[in-house]
Order: sequence, then C-alpha cells, then structure tokens
Amino acid sequence: MLRLITCGSVDDGKSTLIGRLLYDSQSVLEDQLLAAGRASVRRNAEGIDLSLLTDGLRAEREQGITIDVAYRYFATPRRKFILADTPGHEQYTRNMATAASTAELALLLIDARHGLRPQTRRHARIAALLGVRTLVVVVNKMDLVGWDESVFRGIERDFTALAATLPPMTLHFIPISAFDGANVVRQSEEMPWYDGAPLLALLETIDVSRDDVAAPFFFPVQRVLRPDQDFRGYAGQIAAGVVRPGDRVTVLPGGRTTCVARISTYDGELDLAHAPMSVTLTLEDELDVSRGDALCAADDAPVAAQHLAATLIWFSSTPLRSDRSYIVKHTTRTTRASVRHDGAVAMNDIVQVELETFRPLVVRPYGESRAAGSFILIDPVTNETVAAGLVDSVLEERREQAGRIIAARNEDEALELHRAWLAEGARVVVLNDAPQDVVDGLLAMQFVVVTAPCCR
Amino acid sequence: MSTLQIHRLSHLRALEAESIHIIREVASELARPVMLYSIGKDSSVMLRLAQKAFHPEPVPFPLLHIDTGYKFREMIEFRDRYPREQGFTLIVHTNRAALDDGVNPFRVGTQLCCEMLKTKALLDALREGGWDAAFGGARRDEERSRAKERIYSFRDTRGQWDPKNQRPELWNLYNGRVAPGESIRVFPLSNWTELDVWQYIELEGIPIVPLYFAKERPMLVRGNALIPVEQSFIPRGEGEAPQLVRCRMRSLGCSPCTGAIRSDADTVPKIIAELASFRRSERENRAIDHDTDGSMELKKRAGYF
Ligand SMILES: Nc1nc2c(ncn2[C@@H]2O[C@H](COP(=O)(O)OP(=O)(O)O)[C@@H](O)[C@H]2O)c(=O)[nH]1
Repeated sequence: MLRLITCGSVDDGKSTLIGRLLYDSQSVLEDQLLAAGRASVRRNAEGIDLSLLTDGLRAEREQGITIDVAYRYFATPRRKFILADTPGHEQYTRNMATAASTAELALLLIDARHGLRPQTRRHARIAALLGVRTLVVVVNKMDLVGWDESVFRGIERDFTALAATLPPMTLHFIPISAFDGANVVRQSEEMPWYDGAPLLALLETIDVSRDDVAAPFFFPVQRVLRPDQDFRGYAGQIAAGVVRPGDRVTVLPGGRTTCVARISTYDGELDLAHAPMSVTLTLEDELDVSRGDALCAADDAPVAAQHLAATLIWFSSTPLRSDRSYIVKHTTRTTRASVRHDGAVAMNDIVQVELETFRPLVVRPYGESRAAGSFILIDPVTNETVAAGLVDSVLEERREQAGRIIAARNEDEALELHRAWLAEGARVVVLNDAPQDVVDGLLAMQFVVVTAPCCR
Repeated sequence: MSTLQIHRLSHLRALEAESIHIIREVASELARPVMLYSIGKDSSVMLRLAQKAFHPEPVPFPLLHIDTGYKFREMIEFRDRYPREQGFTLIVHTNRAALDDGVNPFRVGTQLCCEMLKTKALLDALREGGWDAAFGGARRDEERSRAKERIYSFRDTRGQWDPKNQRPELWNLYNGRVAPGESIRVFPLSNWTELDVWQYIELEGIPIVPLYFAKERPMLVRGNALIPVEQSFIPRGEGEAPQLVRCRMRSLGCSPCTGAIRSDADTVPKIIAELASFRRSERENRAIDHDTDGSMELKKRAGYF
C-alpha cells in the first residue's frame, strides 16, 4: 500500500493526471465515465475530459464550497494506492500539510512551459517539512514543448538545485503528457531519450518503506482494558518498532521499567507484533499506566518533556495568542499548552515557537519520528483545530512532579491558566504578592501557583 | 537488521489496524458513542473491527439500526440474530408516524421517503439517545461527495454537515471535541474500498446477509433493472409478473429502492472475482442516487450519512 499526495499549481494538469491514472489503471467505472463524458467540453482521444473524473467537484467549487483534501483509491495487481489530492488553493498550505502528513511520497507537477515557479519551492518545502522523503517531479505537458529533452533537463537541473536547500529527499524526474498519457501508464514513443519507467510502473515498484519497524519500540496507550480482576491490558497502535513478550519497556512519563507479559488480540496471543499493528499488551508488573502514557523500548526511550521548540503551521483565521493556553493533542495525550512566539502569526504561516505544556509529552523530534514528533493545537473555546505542530527539539525535560510557579502577564491570562489547570485536575491558586515562604509551602504541597500582576 | 524487513503488514491488516485505532480513540474521547448498524457488508466488517478493538472486553457501545420498515426480510432476520449472538446491544429506531401516514417511495418519491424514514429517523434517534458520536460504515470510494469526507465528520446541533466547516485531519490525531448538542459521525472504513471489504470478509470469515449471494429470486425485470417484489405497493405494468432470476444484491438498502444484479456469484471468492470484472460503481443500482447529480451531497448536508 502506498500513500501519496499530488501537488502543483492550478492548471498544471493535476486533475488530468489523476484522471489518467484512474482511467488507465481501470479504476474508473462506466457510470462515472458516462457522467464525465456528458459534461466534457475538451475531449481527447478517448473522448472525455479526464480531469472531470476527479474534478466533478469543480461545480461545487463554483458554488463556493471549499474542497480541501479529496482521497482517491486505485489499485493495480502490484499495489494499492491511496492518493490525497488538494485541489483548493486559497488554503493551499493547510490542505497540503494535511494531505502530506500521512503520505510517503509526493507527486509534484510542473508545467513544462513554465518551469519552476515560486509555488514549486513552497510545495517542495511543505512536503519536506511534513516528512515526505520521496519526491517524484512530474514534468507535464511535454507535448506543448515539442517533447524537447532540453526543456526537461533544464527543469531537472533547476529543481535539483532547489532541493539542495531542503532536507534530504530522494528525487525522481519523469517527463509526461497527462493529456494523452505519454509516460503515465504506457512508455512514451515520443520521448525515446527518456529511459526511465513510466509513472505508474515507478509508483508500483518504488520502495518508500519508512523505518517505523526498525525504530525503537513506541506504543502510546489508547485505553486500559480491564474485563476482570485478572486482566489489565493496554490497548494501542504500535507507532514504531517491534515487541515480543519478555521485552523490557519503560513507561513514560514516570520512567518505571517492566517487561511485556503478553500480546493479546482477538485472534489469540502473538509472539511478536510490530508497527503499525493495533494490539493489547499486558505487563509483568502492576503499574499505574493510563491513556496518554507511552510504553517505550527500555534501552532507547524518548524523553518526557514540557518545554519544546516546535514548528507550527497555523490554520486558523484567528491569529495565535501567546497570552492564553491551547489544547494540545500529541499521541493519545491531551493537555494544555501555552505557545510563545514573537510577532504576529496569521493563517497559513509556518513559524517557530516555544511550547510549554501543562503535563509532559513523550516526544522525539519530528525528523526522527512522525508519531512522537507531531501534535495538533485546538482552541479550547471554539474547538477548532488551529494548528499542526512538529517537534523540533526538547528545551527542557520534565520537571519533577512538584508544584510549579507560572507568571501570568495580566489578569485574563491568570484566570485562563487557573481554569486550564483545574481542567487538568491540578490544585491551583492565583496569587499576587504573596510572601516567598507561602509560595514555597504551596509548591512543596504540589500546588500550581499562578502569580498575577493584576491587582498590584 | 535485515530480518526486520519481513515485518511488513498486508494492506488489509494495515487498514484493520488503522480502523481499530479510530474506534478506540472515539470510545476513549467521546462521552456517548453509538455504532450505526445497517446490516450490510460494511457494517459486518465494522462490527468485527469493534470486537477486535476492545477484546477481551465487550464492545463498550451499542448498535443503532434505523429501520425504515422497508428493509429486506432476510436483512431483518440477520439483524435479529447475528449481533445478539456476538454479544452486542442493539437499538432499533423507526419513524412510526411516517409509516402510519403511508409514506413510501412511490407515494411521496424517493427523496422525501429517504428524508422521512432515514434522515429524520436517524436525527431523532441520535437526539433522543444523546449520542455524541455515531460510527458509520461509509467509505470514501463509494461516491464522489465522500472523497473529501473526514474520518471524524463534524455535525452541528441540528446534525447537519457543513462542508466549509470541517476540521483538518493530520496524522492520526483526531479532534473529537464537541460542544453540548453537537456530534460527530465517524467513518472507520474511510480508506477501505469495496474490494478491500470483500477480501476482508473472506480473510476473516465474517457472516453476511445471504442476499449478497446469487440465487434464483422473484424480480420484476425492466430492461437492465431487476426490482425486488417484497413490498406489495410496487406498481406493476399491465400483465407484469415477477420472474425467477438468478441474481444477487451488490449493496443492501430498502427493498423497493435496491436493484439486484444478474450474477452467478454464490460464494465470497466468486463475488471478489466478479467485482474485478465490474465496470459500474456500487451505488449505481440503488435508486436513491438517481434523483439528481450530487443528491448524496444534499442528503449529507441535511444530516443523512
Ligand atoms: N496539451 C496538454 N494539456 C494538458 C495536459 N495536462 C493537462 N492539460 C490541460 O491543462 C488544463 C488544466 O488541467 P487540469 O488537469 O484541470 O489542471 P489542475 O488545475 O492542475 O487540476 C486543462 O485544460 C487540461 O486539458 C497535457 O499533458 N498536455
């Protein structure tokens, strides 16, 4: 199974290419073809406008409905494909980031007549940022440049130079004509100078295996299963690595270590399980493990941290506010976080921030682990998903679970922090001007102390 | 370590793992989930996935069937047997008032009939039950308007879908937060195709309603269309009588609005082989989608799945 995304500017031929892949891999059904045929204005040899197969949503676009990410499914005898297409352009960054977050490969379309455009760089950068490690640069509309090899080679050269400024990615280049199918499914006769495989053959055989299985075992607990006194199992999806009964695991945050007793499933017990399987694990020792905790390879565990450097892709039309907290969802942990950034952050901005979370998160940098390095931010009032986040580095590991002192900058922020910590189940007080020994006493009793300048 | 290379999940097992993850997330984050049970093959797969998600615990939410009153007899027999055998709790909801008023697709039209017996019944049932999350077995490959559907599909206090107001979904981090009165529909099979569903049924030996298998059945034959005759109100032409036709259902719905297809496929492997030869989409033989292009989109916005 291969998950891929397509990116390109409007009119580069994305819809036509997808229609071509679906059509030539025989994933389009007669009644859908008939509907597209009826609506076709521009017809090719097959008598239909292929872009209508996927862009039947165009009418909706005209009615002002935003199509952000559409998923298509097709299969050949060799592979099943899940293709995420992002036709919208007003919200392009957000949509492309969404589609890229689960993709292993990106198809990046370039119109042969135009070469690299400013968006090309942006698309490549978002793909790289979101951890897509294989990029297939599809140079389309070769028919309109007389199938000229030098045009293709020029784009290849320019793009290779551009890619050198981005995180490392494996690059492939293919000259095609989506309109008549050259080098999409069939090898093009028009371009004998191209000796690589056509696009579909490349997609069928390309190795995009992420090293999820080879990575250290990482298992965020989704749910504790307790059908009776004798069974206490931790249900979750293995985010990375392999697990066997007897393996030593560390529970984070907390850091206690124990061994896996059994791998339990509906289909019986297993001797081994690996990413991305959903299983239930039981442990040798009775530990207090709950949803949001993670079971990790004891010899190579991530860190539990509360202070992080991260990259945010801001989705919301409401700008980021540093004086309030957001809900952060990371693995199966949901907590609150305040987000510091100097300067305004508006929709579609990609910015570096510092994140201070109320409870520790078990993280790795996104570049090492998508599962341990990704999070979303949610507005606690509107419940809107306002940002996607990528962990860059840990600034400070988790403090011991003693109390903590937080300085609010104004009364509103103090009240917001108070509410948010209460929601976390913490004991929290808001103080202004309390003597140091009172504060120390509260901290020793594990209170969260919010100091407010408000009433001074 | 080269031995790690062999740990590759088949695409069916990868889809299974993803769906189980989704089902567990919803059960852990939402207060009152319910699983919509349509009795069809997709529902059968969803039931199995729910069992796998919580084993050895029982599934922590009930099933809800919206019974229009016009489902096939064999569907109802299956519904009243299989889920109970498997230990599920089943809730059945029907818009009795509309049925008592004589609503049927021929008297009021397919569109309005669906609106009364499906959409309204579903919204009423969800509201009365106070369910804040409802699992559905819809797949993105089924119909064009579903291609852009989220896995968590957010509904406002009237149960309506606003395509402009859906939450971005990144990685496997779902935002299931709802305000009082709001709810989500959740589609754990979003990434499955019709073929995946059948292959999984075969792999797992999942029981399904016998209507999916070819058999001689009485049908009104109108051109290519085979119309089942379970309901007496189906209008007939002059001298038109049901004929015995070897056929099966590709998808299950209400008997007056679900066409059969001619077929010899009487086992799951034969159905899979037949699928590969199909050049027509699954919903095409369902009358409900014929009303207008984009009719599914309209229904979804009104709160239907
Ligand atoms: N000549 C030629 N035209 C193409 C090719 N691919 C796409 N087009 C045309 O370019 C226009 C934009 O294509 P479309 O697929 O709608 O672009 P999208 O906006 O990227 O989805 C349409 O008129 C297509 O017919 C190609 O390979 N050759």
